[in-house]
Amino acid sequence: MGIGRFIVATTLFDKLWQEHEVMTLSERQSLLYIDRIFLHERTGSVALDGLLERERSVRRREHAFCTMDHIVDTRPGRGDDTLMPSGRDFIVSTRHAAHETGIQLFDIADADQGIVHVISPELGIALPGLSLICPDSHTCTLGGLGALAWGVGSTEAEHALATSTLRVTRPETMRVLYTGRLAADVTAKDLILFTIRELSAGGGAGYAIEFAGPAVESLSVEARLTLCNMATELSAFTGIIAPDQKVMEYCSGRPYAPKDALWDGASRYWQSLRSDEAAVFDCERVINVSSLQPQLSWGTSPQHCIDWNATVPKLSDAHDADQAAAWERAQMYMGVKGGSPLSDYPIDAAFIGSCTNSRLSDLRAAADYLRRTGARVAKGVKALCVPGSGQVKRAAEAEGLHDVFLNAGFEWREPGCSMCFFAGGESFGDGVRVVSTTNRNFEGRQGLRVKTHIASPLTTVASACAGYLTADTPL
Amino acid sequence: MTPFTQHTGVAAPLMRSNVDTDAIIPSREMRTVSRSGLAAGLFAPWRYSDPDKRIDNPDFVMNQRPFRRASILLAGANFGCGSSREHAVWALVESGYRVIIAHSFATIFRNNAQRNGLLAIELGEEQIERLVRWISADPEARLLSVDLESCTVVHDPEQPAEVFSIDPVARDMLLNGLDEIGLTEQSLDRIDAFEAQDQIKRPWVYLERL
Repeated sequence: MGIGRFIVATTLFDKLWQEHEVMTLSERQSLLYIDRIFLHERTGSVALDGLLERERSVRRREHAFCTMDHIVDTRPGRGDDTLMPSGRDFIVSTRHAAHETGIQLFDIADADQGIVHVISPELGIALPGLSLICPDSHTCTLGGLGALAWGVGSTEAEHALATSTLRVTRPETMRVLYTGRLAADVTAKDLILFTIRELSAGGGAGYAIEFAGPAVESLSVEARLTLCNMATELSAFTGIIAPDQKVMEYCSGRPYAPKDALWDGASRYWQSLRSDEAAVFDCERVINVSSLQPQLSWGTSPQHCIDWNATVPKLSDAHDADQAAAWERAQMYMGVKGGSPLSDYPIDAAFIGSCTNSRLSDLRAAADYLRRTGARVAKGVKALCVPGSGQVKRAAEAEGLHDVFLNAGFEWREPGCSMCFFAGGESFGDGVRVVSTTNRNFEGRQGLRVKTHIASPLTTVASACAGYLTADTPL
Repeated sequence: MTPFTQHTGVAAPLMRSNVDTDAIIPSREMRTVSRSGLAAGLFAPWRYSDPDKRIDNPDFVMNQRPFRRASILLAGANFGCGSSREHAVWALVESGYRVIIAHSFATIFRNNAQRNGLLAIELGEEQIERLVRWISADPEARLLSVDLESCTVVHDPEQPAEVFSIDPVARDMLLNGLDEIGLTEQSLDRIDAFEAQDQIKRPWVYLERL
């Protein structure tokens, strides 16, 4: 790491980098050891097929896992078929390739099946300090546990499967320090949306970001996963949070987590994983969260966010001509006008789910709003709740949350990525307006001409019941 | 991987920032379990006024005559952000693109490009503006020449070439069309040695052999 080697104080990211360094390849590039590989049927099947075609094997089968989440249908009674006729091919070919290579597959009917970034912490496959890759950009989610986790392409995944390593260019380090305390109705989702709004969609490019400060320490482990999930929307290499006692409690007893004496050694070591007091980051940003409001996106990039009760920016407020042009395109696509409040826009659909917000605490927050207010989904709004995993679904049902959602007019689905990106060919319909707990409001992300507003589960459920965009959630 | 040494071609300006991989190739266009069959879906939401019926949008740069045979793409900052789908690179390569010149790239996209012989060049905003200004007078005749040996983009013969920098390892891999897995396999003994030490230090990492 150049001069860094002579500096005693080290960042958490640099410690994990050094720990996984098999050899250096150039000044900036190293061969890193990969502890865990996770695949899914959208991009993982291509990696496995590539391996089989070239007659290579998975170097450590026990460290590679696969799930069905991206294409699999989420409607009750599902099988291998999807609305998109070719969806079945992805599922069948992934199953075949997983069996051929001998890696663990969480298949459609498996009790532990679910969204990759929901099940990997849930099963203890992702753990603090471990390096984990997946051909999926939201792999940075696992930084919430203190894992060194990042998204790669299919070819890189193939490299990791074959060699247990990756050739990686070292990013610089950034710390985002949150000061102050979050208000009760403000969630980790609002925190990360605000951060992207502040730093911009390219603001994390070339950096591994450590999220720190009292506002982060106060977050539950699931909320930390939500925060790190969207580090990729900053174009960051990854996001990471130093593991603490809450993380130890979260990981303890998970099926793939170490047990007994191994656990003692691991947890002692994990709690030492933090940036040294005097560690110097290449870039430091401080964000005060005390007056943070629930966030809603108005445009077609996650950086296009505003306080829920503010107005859509006017083109005349843009910093330069490029930004004005981008805003104009976004406003035209979204059918929103500069200067108007978002409550002016009736919604057609609401979606609770995805690797960002489909964990038990997300579902509880939304169900709690429904119970508290007795509100129902507004007439004409199609609302879906898709738990992130089989475990989340069973836990939610044991608490009766499914009845709360169903009675309020939500559909209650099987686990998977679902409407986050038109999975399996399903969409809310051409050009409709959707409020969504997902991570991307890109043009066409949820289907042709679909207008996506991203928000927290609380804002999403409040909007679903109001019939328009709002975060008015009486406590 | 196809080696990359030098390329001359028509350059299409798509001067937007944050061009995401859902725009480059939407999920609904990734219909087969394959690295091919993706060219028709490239930029589908922008390129077609009706993507289902494949009706061209005449306003989109790639549908304008000189740019129909473009092999170099010029773009703004944070090109290829969003989803990790390597399909975005495969769709560009299948459509004949050899070079993307942007102000900056999302990391996963750049890594994917690198592994498929698609050269991703970062240039400053002013440098890209110079290229756009020069080609715009006659895009069919005013070709750009990219040379990876000398790390230059030649445009106006009257002007100095634009110089870019690239990681030396990445450059070497592209110039020689190296298979990265094959290259790493030469270091398997180093990986074995790392594991032997690491198993003592972090025994909990190593699950029971299957």
